[in-house]
Amino acid sequence: MIDMKDNIKHFLISNSVPIIFIALSAFAIPLSGFSYGYLVQEMLTRLARNSFLVLSLLIPIMAGMGLNFGMVLGAMAGQIGLILVTDWSVVGIPGLVLAAIISMPIAAVLGYVCGNVLNRAKGREMVTSYILGFFINGIYQFVVLYLIGIKGMLRIPFTGMDIRIPVTNPQLVLSRGYGIRNAINLTGLRHALDNAFQFNVPFGSAVIDIPVSTYALIAFFCVFIVWFRRTKLGQDMRAIGQDMAVADSSGIAVERTRIIAIVISTMLAAFGQIIFLQNIGTMNTYNSHDQTGMFSIAALLIGGATVSKASIANVFVGVTLFHLMFVVSPMAGKELIGQAQLGEYFRVFVSYGIIAVALVLHAWKRYQERERSRRGLRGEA
Amino acid sequence: MANGEPLLRVESVGKEFFGNRVLADVDFSLGHGEILGLVGENGAGKSTLMNILFGMPVIASTGGYEGRILLDGKEVKFSSPFEAIDAGIGMVHQEFSLLPGFTVTENILLNRESTKYNPLVEVFGERIRTLDRQGMKKRAEAAISEIGFSIDTGTFAAEMPVGHKQFTEIAREIDRLNTKLLVLDEPTAVLAESEAEILIQSLRNLSSKGISMIFISHRLQEILDLCDKIVVLRDGRIVKETRPSDTDIFQIASHMVGRNVEASSASRPSRPDTEAILEVDKLWVDMPGETVRDATFSVQRGEIFGIGGLAGQGKLGIANGIMGLFMAGGSVSVKGLVIKLNDPAHSLSRDMAFVSEDRRGVGLLLEESIDWNIAFTAMQVQDKFVRKLLGGLVKWRDDAAMRAATQEYIKLLDIKCTSHKQRAVELSGGNQQKVCLAKAFVVGPDILFVSEPTRGIDVGAKKLVLDTLRKVNEERGTTIIMTSSELEELRSVCDRIAIVDNGRISGIRPAAAPATEFGLLMMGSEPAVAGSDVGGGDA
Ligand SMILES: Nc1ncnc2c1ncn2[C@@H]1O[C@H](COP(=O)(O)OP(=O)(O)OP(=O)(O)O)[C@@H](O)[C@H]1O
Ligand SMILES: [Mg+2]
Repeated sequence: MIDMKDNIKHFLISNSVPIIFIALSAFAIPLSGFSYGYLVQEMLTRLARNSFLVLSLLIPIMAGMGLNFGMVLGAMAGQIGLILVTDWSVVGIPGLVLAAIISMPIAAVLGYVCGNVLNRAKGREMVTSYILGFFINGIYQFVVLYLIGIKGMLRIPFTGMDIRIPVTNPQLVLSRGYGIRNAINLTGLRHALDNAFQFNVPFGSAVIDIPVSTYALIAFFCVFIVWFRRTKLGQDMRAIGQDMAVADSSGIAVERTRIIAIVISTMLAAFGQIIFLQNIGTMNTYNSHDQTGMFSIAALLIGGATVSKASIANVFVGVTLFHLMFVVSPMAGKELIGQAQLGEYFRVFVSYGIIAVALVLHAWKRYQERERSRRGLRGEA
Repeated sequence: MANGEPLLRVESVGKEFFGNRVLADVDFSLGHGEILGLVGENGAGKSTLMNILFGMPVIASTGGYEGRILLDGKEVKFSSPFEAIDAGIGMVHQEFSLLPGFTVTENILLNRESTKYNPLVEVFGERIRTLDRQGMKKRAEAAISEIGFSIDTGTFAAEMPVGHKQFTEIAREIDRLNTKLLVLDEPTAVLAESEAEILIQSLRNLSSKGISMIFISHRLQEILDLCDKIVVLRDGRIVKETRPSDTDIFQIASHMVGRNVEASSASRPSRPDTEAILEVDKLWVDMPGETVRDATFSVQRGEIFGIGGLAGQGKLGIANGIMGLFMAGGSVSVKGLVIKLNDPAHSLSRDMAFVSEDRRGVGLLLEESIDWNIAFTAMQVQDKFVRKLLGGLVKWRDDAAMRAATQEYIKLLDIKCTSHKQRAVELSGGNQQKVCLAKAFVVGPDILFVSEPTRGIDVGAKKLVLDTLRKVNEERGTTIIMTSSELEELRSVCDRIAIVDNGRISGIRPAAAPATEFGLLMMGSEPAVAGSDVGGGDA
């Protein structure tokens, strides 16, 4: 039937991104020579590590604001929380909670600023939030590089006033006495959440650890998103996402709602970054957040989301596929080309290639969809 | 309610768009529960007046308006539609304002959803209340049944036929409890006559409940039937204020255009038979609300072929199916070659073009100029208005030719505009419609489908549109297949007319056949001769 053919074609087109990545993994996994036990363990760890960050992108998409490149603002806020908590030597779960408490207001303020800027750039949210990320990154670096340091190391001239947010742990600070080091060891926080409640299951000959507590948090958050969609606020965001003018004329406070969407997303990203870094255990003060933004967005796109439509399923499919490629590609490259160094290049090439491919495929798909809806709506003449 | 004070008083209201005066010295008043009919030619200023009343931002952003508006005796100056809604004014716009991905229920209750309490409300405030889907469904159903119509409240707006969209919009206004004044800008333009009757009846009910209304329409009979008071606008001024009992259609029409309006012209002389250019065999089309089940007919080269029938019987589905806009099956051949269905690009490439019935807002590039809108498709598909140099290596736009063609149609169809460079968004609804038609004429296809070509066009200009259709047919030999819910219109231009009933062609008659015969076909009773409808030399 024509009917069926069209449906299948539409299904393939609308899921082309995940399908291509499934095909690539099917090709690369055997090449890499990794055992399945190892891959399953890796995927479970990485899902726990990254899902929360990627989930934080869903709400702005619902509100029609596209991919929130501004999530790096939240990530920065989370890192500031982690720096301070590490300095105060608060460890374990209390440390994480304290880091979250510190970062939430910072993320909220940054989100508010970002939301306001985006309201002045309607329809160009993605590029604006991307550039805004650079700008705030500058401020972040200024704060972290100059305004945090050992007490009394730099005073405002003539007043004797200390202009620094004081830290005491010299291990965190550059040798000159102010500015945070590039790599910070989050010893006391490492795996604090993951290990709170962990479960081991035998898998073939290996044993697989499942960080149940982290998953519980992620599950709770998914429930929150599902519930949020059913609230009045969620409904308003959906309305705005479809047509700002119509939403506006029905009296929905469009700008305010858009700001709320970004604030929520930024705060959740801060939280996500804390979960992410407690799993990694070390923090790259000056680039962890950048990677977070790019990788989360690429993962979501690979999961089949679009700029205007994303679901929870997209998040998990995307994180799994993206990290599967991440894990297997260097080894697969080595097998193919036979050189370790080239394998390393291959890894970088693939990870950035993935982003480029996802964005290009995504643009093509959008074009296809526009064609489809245009024909459906408009009497072409 | 102040004693004796009318609900609404409009005092010497005027409006200019960048030096172009579109309203001047408009004065009228409207009592409680009264219905005021507002009529006037395309571009007379009706929608603009209502936009002023409703506080639409486009008015303030183009310099505001002159004069005063009093609601219940107090002067009001709304700076946003929201304030107007708060004051009890509801408006159904000429363009749809439905969210395509929302269901009927969600659209009707947009921003007025029923919600339920949950403890998080204490922390995050009212907006975090959860939606009460059950309650919403009930309210939406109540509002729809108050209009006296039935629609499945779970359907998405994007998937509804235009008529249903219109009812959804009206139901939205009805659900508002505080509505005192309802403004309806051409609510019946997209409805078939039977649907329009349902609507008119329900508006009567509403007004007996004390809701006042301003009703804009180009169907003058409706105005006479429904309204208590009629105001005629011409070029932005009130030229006549009267009551239905004191006037008739011809008087109103001549006030509108400022001269006598001729009754529609006589039907066409009969033409010799020619070979079939389009053959449709057992066509089915799955178009929501306009399902075609089994249509078989053929159209001759150079013919104007009409498709009529009651609303919802499937007449609109035929053109949509052939042009690939909705899922279809069966066989359709053009000039003897079978075409691929469900592939709009293919249909276009077989020299067919389509002016759809659903073209409010979507058929035009609203931010672009008139000439660009008219020329764009022809330029894309056929390289018209393109000048080539060095054997096609260098191409550039032929602006002079574009301007000439645009000006020809501005004149033929009497498109009211400041110049051919005016942006489409600035045209009145009826004039946008004319641009849509001009666009199709410029493409100059072999077969042209037009659905509801005179919808939203004023009485004076209707004739121009129909005459232009004829002219295109006669001068270029274009075969035209015209779908319309107005039988008289079909009879005045077509050679033959097919009547669709329950998804099937119930009969094909020459346009000159008596109206009663068509009436019978619409009721589904094919008088005797079955199967005579394929081809056939009706004389
Ligand atoms: N935003 C705008 N900018 C400039 N001119 C405008 C704008 N909106 C409307 N106009 C002009 O105002 C005039 C009146 O338009 P209006 O839409 O009120 O007509 P109308 O009576 O509703 O006609 P119709 O029956 O075709 O809907 C038209 O000449 C139109 O070109
Ligand atoms: Mg109008």
